[in-house]
Amino acid sequence: MSFHNPIGSGCRRDGGLMSTLAIVGASLAGYSAAQQLRAAGFDGRLVMVGEENRLPYDRPPLSKDFLTGRLPAGELALADQADVDALGVDWELGRSAVALRPGEAAVELDDGRRVEADGVIVATGARPRPLPGAERVSGVHLLRTMEDAVALRAELVSGRPKVAIVGGGFIGAEVASSCVELGLEVTVVDSAELPLADVLGSRFARLCAQLHAERGVGLRFGATVAGLVTDANRVRGVRLADGSRLDADVVLVGIGVRANVDWLAGSGIDVGDGVQCDAGCVTSNPAVVAIGDVASVYRPELGRRVRAEHWTSATQQASTAVNNLLCGYTAHEFRAVPYFWSDQHGVRIQLAGEPRPTDEVTVTDGNVAERRFLAQYTRDRHPVGVLAVNHPRAFARARRALARHPRYVPI
Amino acid sequence: MLAICRIDDIPAGESVRFDAHVPIAVFNADGEFYAVDDTCSHQDASLSDGFLEGCFVECPLHAALFDLRTGMPSCLPAKRPIRTHPVSVHEGWIYVHVIRQEEVA
Repeated sequence: MSFHNPIGSGCRRDGGLMSTLAIVGASLAGYSAAQQLRAAGFDGRLVMVGEENRLPYDRPPLSKDFLTGRLPAGELALADQADVDALGVDWELGRSAVALRPGEAAVELDDGRRVEADGVIVATGARPRPLPGAERVSGVHLLRTMEDAVALRAELVSGRPKVAIVGGGFIGAEVASSCVELGLEVTVVDSAELPLADVLGSRFARLCAQLHAERGVGLRFGATVAGLVTDANRVRGVRLADGSRLDADVVLVGIGVRANVDWLAGSGIDVGDGVQCDAGCVTSNPAVVAIGDVASVYRPELGRRVRAEHWTSATQQASTAVNNLLCGYTAHEFRAVPYFWSDQHGVRIQLAGEPRPTDEVTVTDGNVAERRFLAQYTRDRHPVGVLAVNHPRAFARARRALARHPRYVPI
Repeated sequence: MLAICRIDDIPAGESVRFDAHVPIAVFNADGEFYAVDDTCSHQDASLSDGFLEGCFVECPLHAALFDLRTGMPSCLPAKRPIRTHPVSVHEGWIYVHVIRQEEVA
């Protein structure tokens, strides 16, 4: 990008000489960036490029209330028409960016047109990893977009399909829970002996497995998927490495995501597992920032970069990145205690910090048997994380205390 | 106008939830009582479970703050204000004048 704001010129929150900014990605991170730019006083042209042909919406309900039918599509909108109009954005929806050309200060779109911009906010997110060999088999689903969720739901509510879920992470667990609510027979397959143990620690990962079992979810942990059973290109089941077979009419694959960085090839922007950013979400080009699931942001206290896939990271990074873009240098660093939640089987799990499976765990409030408690993770007697089950107010208090704690040790 | 409870029933920093045409949360913010719609404008969280700081309540799920006096979200990206309902205290009782959607059009 041509770089109009020389370092040291001071922050021009109106964008200084930047007259056009492009936001690539129109989900939570991108939309938050647009809001933050306008809130900061940027009054230039703002172009938003979104691959999906719809206005920004909230993804977390897709695996939960949207899938069960409790929440209609309209309720997922992140903005109503008045908000959208007030932002004054030139939308390029249903279009994806195929290249970033900093030398020509332009983003190239998939229809060959170019968006000229003085600065770019990369918010292209991530996409689910497919199961190798299953990409074109009918009845096999990934879940990321509303279109994915609509397609999955259509199959779940026609007849009474048997469902197999490959991957026992949060997406898999939440979809399993939704299948139970829809009255379906569902089995979760995961190669780990205890899925989520690396995130929650073994004690609470066992609790999650117990929630599944109590609601009748079949569990095949420690089982590797060898392939699919198909009939005329329609899935009929999952073959496991031990030779057994799991019948399934619908298969949901939830085995992680890959950051959408391919379009940045040749741009000179450093990419790896995500766009490589400094502590202020600024890339190797100061006129390009990256936020949300696609951004791998440097954490000085860890001495390495971290790519977070959390809802609150997307919105908080938008604020940091936008201010740095308008300043022309890294005036602000992104500092927030990582936080996420998951709703499954009628239980809300919230976790803040970055606990490791080896940390010490203490239940400090409530009762695990009653499924309403707060637990603290400590390492060498330093607080490193907090987890709550159905205990939101205690969690909010503990999360704030963790952020303020002088001895909070992130990882 | 609905009588909700005695003022002693809601200690400072606490809340109660009651069902009108929609669920409504009543908060005691350091001695001042406020009533707002209980469902956060993101749809899937109950504000009466939220952490209270001054006259702001934090959405228990997304951590956005709402001003109990105005219903305005104080930080992005909460999408729209929550509805507030006038509260009065008379002889130790808390009353809420529930505003229905039609009245604010």
